[in-house]
Amino acid sequence: MSQIHVTTTVNGDEVEFLCDPRETLLDVLRDRLDLTGAKEGCGTGDCGACSVTVDGRLVCSCLMLGAEAEGKEIATVEGMATDEKLHPLQEKFIEYAALQCGICTPGILVATQNLLEKNPDPTETEVRYWLAGNLCRCTGYDKIIRAVMDTAADLRGAS
Amino acid sequence: MQYHTPGSFEDAVAIAASASGVTRFLAGGTDVLVQLRTDLVTPDDLIDIKHIDGVHDISREDGGWRIGAAVSGAEMSEHAELGADWPGVVEAMDLIGSTQVQGRATLAGNLCNGSPAADSVPAMIAAGAWVTVIGPDGERWIAVEDVPVGPGKTSLTKGEVEKSVHLPARGAGGGDAYLRFIPRTEMDIAVVGCGLSLTREGDVITAARVSLGAVAPTALLVADAAAALIGSALDDAALDALAAAAEAACNPITDKRGTIRFRTHVAGVLAKRAAKIAYDRAGGAK
Amino acid sequence: MAYDDVKTGEFKVVGTRPNRPDGIDKVTGRAKFGADATAPGMLHAAILRSPHAHARIVKIDTSKAEALKGVKAVVTRADFATGLTGENWNILENVMAGDTALYDGHAVAAVAATSALIARDAMKLIKVDYEVLPHVTDVDKAMAADAPILREGAADKSVPAGLHPNVVRYHESGHGDVAAGFAAADLVIEDSFRTEATHQGYIEPHACLAQMGGDGKGEIWCCTQGHFNVQKVCAALVGTETSQLRVTASEIGGGFGGKTAVFIEPVALALARKANRPVKLVMNRADVFRASGPTSSTSMDIKIGMTKDGKITAAQGVFRLQGGAFPGAPMEFTAMCAFAPYALENVHQVGYDVMSNRPKQAAYRAPGSPMAAFAVESVIDELCNELGLDPIDVRLKNASKQGTKASFGPTWDRIGLVETLEAAKAHPHYAAPLKKGQGRGISCGFWFNHGGETAVSLALSEDGTVAISVGTPDIGGSRASMGQMAAEELGIPYENIRTTIADTATLGYNEISHGSRVTYASGLATIKAARDAKKKLCARAAAKWGIDADAVSWVDGCAVPSGPNAGDFDPMPLEKITKSMGRTGGPIVGHYEATPEGAGVSFATHIVDAEVDPETGSTKVVRYTVVQDAGKAIHPTYVEGQFQGGAAQGIGWALNEEYIYGEDGRLQNAGFLDYRIPVASDLPMIDTVIVEVPNPGHPYGVRGVGETSICPPLAAIANAVSAAAGVRLHELPMSPPRILAALDAQADG
Repeated sequence: MSQIHVTTTVNGDEVEFLCDPRETLLDVLRDRLDLTGAKEGCGTGDCGACSVTVDGRLVCSCLMLGAEAEGKEIATVEGMATDEKLHPLQEKFIEYAALQCGICTPGILVATQNLLEKNPDPTETEVRYWLAGNLCRCTGYDKIIRAVMDTAADLRGAS
Repeated sequence: MQYHTPGSFEDAVAIAASASGVTRFLAGGTDVLVQLRTDLVTPDDLIDIKHIDGVHDISREDGGWRIGAAVSGAEMSEHAELGADWPGVVEAMDLIGSTQVQGRATLAGNLCNGSPAADSVPAMIAAGAWVTVIGPDGERWIAVEDVPVGPGKTSLTKGEVEKSVHLPARGAGGGDAYLRFIPRTEMDIAVVGCGLSLTREGDVITAARVSLGAVAPTALLVADAAAALIGSALDDAALDALAAAAEAACNPITDKRGTIRFRTHVAGVLAKRAAKIAYDRAGGAK
Repeated sequence: MAYDDVKTGEFKVVGTRPNRPDGIDKVTGRAKFGADATAPGMLHAAILRSPHAHARIVKIDTSKAEALKGVKAVVTRADFATGLTGENWNILENVMAGDTALYDGHAVAAVAATSALIARDAMKLIKVDYEVLPHVTDVDKAMAADAPILREGAADKSVPAGLHPNVVRYHESGHGDVAAGFAAADLVIEDSFRTEATHQGYIEPHACLAQMGGDGKGEIWCCTQGHFNVQKVCAALVGTETSQLRVTASEIGGGFGGKTAVFIEPVALALARKANRPVKLVMNRADVFRASGPTSSTSMDIKIGMTKDGKITAAQGVFRLQGGAFPGAPMEFTAMCAFAPYALENVHQVGYDVMSNRPKQAAYRAPGSPMAAFAVESVIDELCNELGLDPIDVRLKNASKQGTKASFGPTWDRIGLVETLEAAKAHPHYAAPLKKGQGRGISCGFWFNHGGETAVSLALSEDGTVAISVGTPDIGGSRASMGQMAAEELGIPYENIRTTIADTATLGYNEISHGSRVTYASGLATIKAARDAKKKLCARAAAKWGIDADAVSWVDGCAVPSGPNAGDFDPMPLEKITKSMGRTGGPIVGHYEATPEGAGVSFATHIVDAEVDPETGSTKVVRYTVVQDAGKAIHPTYVEGQFQGGAAQGIGWALNEEYIYGEDGRLQNAGFLDYRIPVASDLPMIDTVIVEVPNPGHPYGVRGVGETSICPPLAAIANAVSAAAGVRLHELPMSPPRILAALDAQADG
């Protein structure tokens, strides 16, 4: 089985890798690019722990092949903070205890950053439905939703 | 597994024609990759159609719409005019999976995967949609209701692939809707799905199409349910007749998602609710 | 410890809400979980699992797998220790089948290869000949005379004569005369209930990275709630000595009890030893459902008698639990928790532990207790409804209090049940108006909580900052609360303290993070270790000052001369003492090792409003309030988080989560698609009220909180659904088809 050579952009950096055709983008991010922020919670697109964006579109990286990343711009949780400055969502999540074990957190952060870019003033219902594909088993979602709503308000106030 | 990225449908068809073993076409991948991961299907040849011209386009066509085979649900939801014409089709597609799944899943894939519970299919059937397919023998079109033939099976022949989905012109006084029943609020496969499209002149319904999903080996086009509506102003008698016709058409199974009794009863409930929404939309409501 | 020793007021750090120390790592993706470690030369493993619920393993042919390019080792049961007995044998038999596959998903062989894809391909080349045997998965059917026998001779001495060999343990407890009690009641209600198995549903599958040399020395990196337990069990199963293994606990992506058990680490170790290379083994999601440790399923009979003014005169429960193919279903906890909220003169409970062809059960947040609460609290609700009594008033009337006799024997010490009931009654939720189609339900819940073996070390750095080493993996924010307790004791800023989960080579034995024990026991040990350090710090100051060590106190982060020497010298801050500690006697380390006995129980009362769509049976939880006794909330936000998380899991269990087995004994819903845990759009905000009735067994009054929060939701929601829809369901989950069927039956009948 010969490997496929892929050139793509991840968090703004151009990267190249070889991968087996059957490897998913999630496999490649974690095993070949050492970006272990995206997690495999299910491998079948049901949990959202592997969420990344591809050309600005929120997707499950377990539902894309590594080969499909050719020529795309991928963004993972590792790209959210700029140098040492956390994204406001990241700061709010810590402050509000919108995470406990933290395994779903990268996926939820990527998903909510994408939401706020598209919709800076979401209702609680809109936030909940946007995040329906990001399973969290620890928090019951309450503090997550509050953190997202309040960050959205902060960002609207700041702009 | 060999991964191919043909630049045209002709090339895609040619690869499929010369392949031996298991072949799959890849659009959004939200079904194919799951089947790969769970060892249900390991294609020998995986043909990615996303590098072909036109597959990502939504365009007007004779007053209706042409939707390329690789258009994602998210893109459909973001298209204001498509959503204004066919809100039922768009909301049905939008219900599939999560926001993440929406970022990749396609109408074409949802149809070709052949699940009896596919959400977009009853809405497409109700709308009178058809697909253009291309294969070794050339191009042809198929009404969406003629595509599924059984669980996991379609009427596409070996080596055929969908090029695009087509929606007719909405026409004045038309409205459609799709509802499904799931146990949670999101993320479930439909236990029952109902797509309904109708046209009204004044208060009277002059045309209707009613389609049910997840209650039979394939999605159903239920002529009796439509007949119950046509000529009525959606009064209670018409709604009851609609529900009865919907229930009568059901041929569901009892499985981990629902029982026969439950599916049959809920089919009637959803048909009524979808009819009211479609009727209101046909009357100008948003 | 006595009540008077408990500090209850004037905390400076305890009770505040600082940021968790692991927060930045977790929001940036830097935190390393079980599957995030790599090692040079690492192989990837895959486990082959039985597709049969019950089958004799006639032959395993691994030759084709071994011949596949990239495969470096294949193991079967033959590669593990022999001669094990007791629980070690049970664990090994579960980790890798011997002659019999006992459930769908039971491990039969494993492969290590140079890539995950090759390992998966190789796994398919292993040929196993099975002789399929009859199976049984239902708890009542497994006790019936004609049930297939899983294993002869597994029953212990407690089991009465005449029961099926699948019944392996028995419990009976209670006091008084229930027959007389029922005779004295104005209303007796008798009802049976069933709950299906559920899974903890942690989003992180089990994962580990193991290495082992020919000298028996090994290293394991794994996500676990108890790495000392992993060390002990792995040593036994692979046949080496405990201290030759060093286990490091990774960050853990959820456990809830399901990661207290050992499933894959011994397999990774055996492969690593055989291949002489590090081996990474990650369970896939389907295998997590099929072959880790779900809860028991239950079948329960409850009988309660009440006078017309709400006094319970007698209560009786029979609890049948199946725990998979091994003994261990927590039926004694079910039996003991069932009537714990009630002070009863006449009470009797019986429990049966039954084996069936299912995976070996593991703990899930108060194991056994939620099911008991579902049954008992439903019957209490039925009694209240029929007698026209308020459900909180009835519970207050019969509430367990300090000095009353618990249903399972001991006399209660200071407990907070009444306080939670009163707080619930006073809460605006209880009086809020309901809309049409909505109903309100109440339930209490109880968990014992636990102490357990604990060892903590607190080392001071020369710059005056502090490194705490605990041996209990952090599953709820405990690194923050340890830091807060140490900061409180030492009088130094919380930010100057770093708490680490030390590996097994670094500390004495620490029991698993379970039983809601960590904030209590590791917290108590941290406080004691800090006091030990303070004594040593004071001694150094005393020596410097030339006074008696007894004449030095510790105040606001400084050694201060006191007693006869009060005012003689300026206070000496901690960092001044540590700066010179190398010259004044050496490193200063406080430590504490013990098995604390004073864990305080936690009671809760939950209020739920639910709305049922009578046309579809669909249920929506529209409002939820948790009221629970935390003793003392070290970090209130994390206590709230535990309350909310347990409630959410209970909502899923009540409405949608269940293991679905087919006629063939195979699990039909081994994935998050059809094993339906609550998603964000399913739930409302979950309000919380922290009640604080201090636990006399902890220096600050801490009670464990993590588990009790899952006990009330099942019944609270059942009671709310009953009020909303007018039908009582006796089986969980209360999925829409079941509610609709109950509505139909009521309409027909």
